Amino acid sequence: MADEPTATGDGDRSDSADPADSAARVTAEGTRANSAAIAEAFADGPAYVPYLVVGDPDAASSKAYVEALDRGGADVIELGLPFSEPIAEGPTIQEALVRALDAGMTPDRFFAFAEGLDVDAALVCMTYYNLIYQYGAASGPRPFVERAAAAGIEGLVVPDLPAEEADPLREACDEFGLDLVFIVAPTTRGDRLDRIMERVSGYVYVQARLGTTGARSDVSEQTTESLDRLSGYDVPKAVGFGISTGEHAERIVAGGADGVIVGSALVDIVGDGVANDRPTAAVADRLESLSRELKEGAERGYAARVGAAESQ
Amino acid sequence: MSETDTQTTDGTETARRPGRERGREDGKFGRYGGQYVPEALMPAIEELTDAYERYVLDNEDGFMDEFRRRLADFGGRPTPLQRADRLSERYGRDVYLKREDLLHGGAHKLNNALGQALLAKYMGKERIIAETGAGQHGTATAMAAAHLDMPCTIYMGERDINRQRPNVFRMKLNGAEVKPVTTGRGTLKEAISETMRDWAATVEDTHYVIGSVVGPHPFPVMVRDFQAVISEEAREQAREKTGQLPTDIVACAGGGSNTMGAFAGFVDDGAVSLHAVEAGGSTLEVDEEAGVAPNSASLYTGEEGVLHGARTKLLQDRDGQIMESHSVSSGLDYAGVGPELAYLVDEGRVNPVAVDDDAALAGFHRLSRTEGIIPALETAHAFGFLEDHHEELGDRVVVNVSGRGDKDLEAVIEETDQREIAGAPDMSMFTEGI
Ligand SMILES: Cc1ncc(COP(=O)(O)O)c(C=O)c1O
Repeated sequence: MADEPTATGDGDRSDSADPADSAARVTAEGTRANSAAIAEAFADGPAYVPYLVVGDPDAASSKAYVEALDRGGADVIELGLPFSEPIAEGPTIQEALVRALDAGMTPDRFFAFAEGLDVDAALVCMTYYNLIYQYGAASGPRPFVERAAAAGIEGLVVPDLPAEEADPLREACDEFGLDLVFIVAPTTRGDRLDRIMERVSGYVYVQARLGTTGARSDVSEQTTESLDRLSGYDVPKAVGFGISTGEHAERIVAGGADGVIVGSALVDIVGDGVANDRPTAAVADRLESLSRELKEGAERGYAARVGAAESQ
Repeated sequence: MSETDTQTTDGTETARRPGRERGREDGKFGRYGGQYVPEALMPAIEELTDAYERYVLDNEDGFMDEFRRRLADFGGRPTPLQRADRLSERYGRDVYLKREDLLHGGAHKLNNALGQALLAKYMGKERIIAETGAGQHGTATAMAAAHLDMPCTIYMGERDINRQRPNVFRMKLNGAEVKPVTTGRGTLKEAISETMRDWAATVEDTHYVIGSVVGPHPFPVMVRDFQAVISEEAREQAREKTGQLPTDIVACAGGGSNTMGAFAGFVDDGAVSLHAVEAGGSTLEVDEEAGVAPNSASLYTGEEGVLHGARTKLLQDRDGQIMESHSVSSGLDYAGVGPELAYLVDEGRVNPVAVDDDAALAGFHRLSRTEGIIPALETAHAFGFLEDHHEELGDRVVVNVSGRGDKDLEAVIEETDQREIAGAPDMSMFTEGI
């Protein structure tokens, strides 16, 4: 059932949360989990998964912003490593990526940034395949994943890498104990969905609507349909694309999501800070308070779902 | 088996032409090709692959018959293979011109745009979108859309809009909506990214008519197959006119659609040399710091990477960030190239060469003055190559005149005025008035 409160089978997660076992594993239901930290983030209650572009608008402010997300209750933080051709992003995130690139962000600086962060949340890197593919002396994705693991990155999201092309990266992630998160779109069905769910680990990124990233004022019906289609798969489902308020987060979690991914609404705050020349601390405060709102919304949604399930 | 293979050969050869079928099975050309796109697009790409196999390869519902009929009636095919008398004399060998500039719209682009717009119709799509660099593909798509009565939106970099104004007018006259793209440097690369973003939001009722042999499978094979009519005709015409196959085929290469179209029919003829002429821009050196390559020579100098849905040769920096390319011709100004060309270059089957802006402009003026044909600036690169390298070529050279230069007149006036080009007319009377 789609709205079962503990939608992801806690048994598997506490299993994979055993830090002694970081090797790739397939749980009884066929779900992979490599990172104990990511598994834990989804273990009790809904996960709040914010995204920011690393280096936007510069490395020092960016560090303050990411740490503000953590204080605001982040369970997993998606760190965007900027690529020059971000075909899945809408204007808000495109502009942030340009700001970060202009300020000199590179893969090596990104890893150093991750190493210098003081946060509790599990870190996931979101970037495009060419940067992963080009990194390091040897060709192929392995050097990037090795470096990411050393920097404390627990998982990867690669929006231009469909399951069909993902095997080399999947192997490298298994070798170094990272999770590989795939995006499931409203158009993903049937065999494709199976192919993705065979390869996903950590959590699945449920794209709430068609199109590119960007904050929206409503939450799409496509989300509910997608969650229904995924209800038979035992892996945490985090919904993203367009979520911008605590009320959205509440509705999405009440509707069955195990987590909410929020990007553009947060990146908008950074962009507004740049446009209006606001002090870093003021921008960080806004990021922290929106994070609180989103996290509390998600928790209200979860409580409503548990309550509804119990009263049935 | 596709009819395109049997149409122009004598029938006995069709079984032994694997080069014509390369990539159809799985979209891979050796290590190149593939489908690196956001998940939201994958179902659309699978649907398109299925439609390509049924309608294009198997001629279901007579698709290919209708395509050929429309290419003839609306497009004006076949285009001539013309002997260029002055160039033949100048270079001491027979130079033939495949006159794609005479195709409706003034460039080879209609072969593909009409094919894909018609396919979109067969697939039941209601709207088409496309990117454009020089505006030739946008123009061809706008024409095909009007011809087939479909609404059409064209994405074009802001900088290209300024460089290619006549084509922007033409698109609008044909009823297309032209959307300026302001990200990055506002050229082809950004226009492709932006069109992919539109498609990601509208895949259910929209077809993306990609303008070259680039992008995820099945685009590279499908665009090649639509453009292959160029070499199918040229092969037959060369045999009729000379009794033999050409020794060399020369075509400019941006993404490489006129290139693959001109090569496809000859790839299996090992004795025919294939030359892909890229834009050498102002220099082949790159500025890593600024992320700028002042050229668009991705086959000649590029390295393997993943861009716009395919693994191919790219202009990129050490980290894998895509460089800003440059060329005097908007249509060649692209940091990537079709994956099949990348493969054929690695295999040694295609000879990649770079011709700089100066040599291309000189080629532009030479063809205009001596043959009475004003070529597109893209095409002019092929004539720059001919001037410098004719001694390395055989006796029967075919140059693909991918398009005509009317769209480039403003740019040519400006660029010519900045250079000393032997035999070029004095342009100052135009620039002073500007
Ligand atoms: C006349 C002409 N030739 C060549 C090109 C380059 O495209 P391709 O390399 O795909 O043939 C263009 C692109 O706009 C063009 O307009």
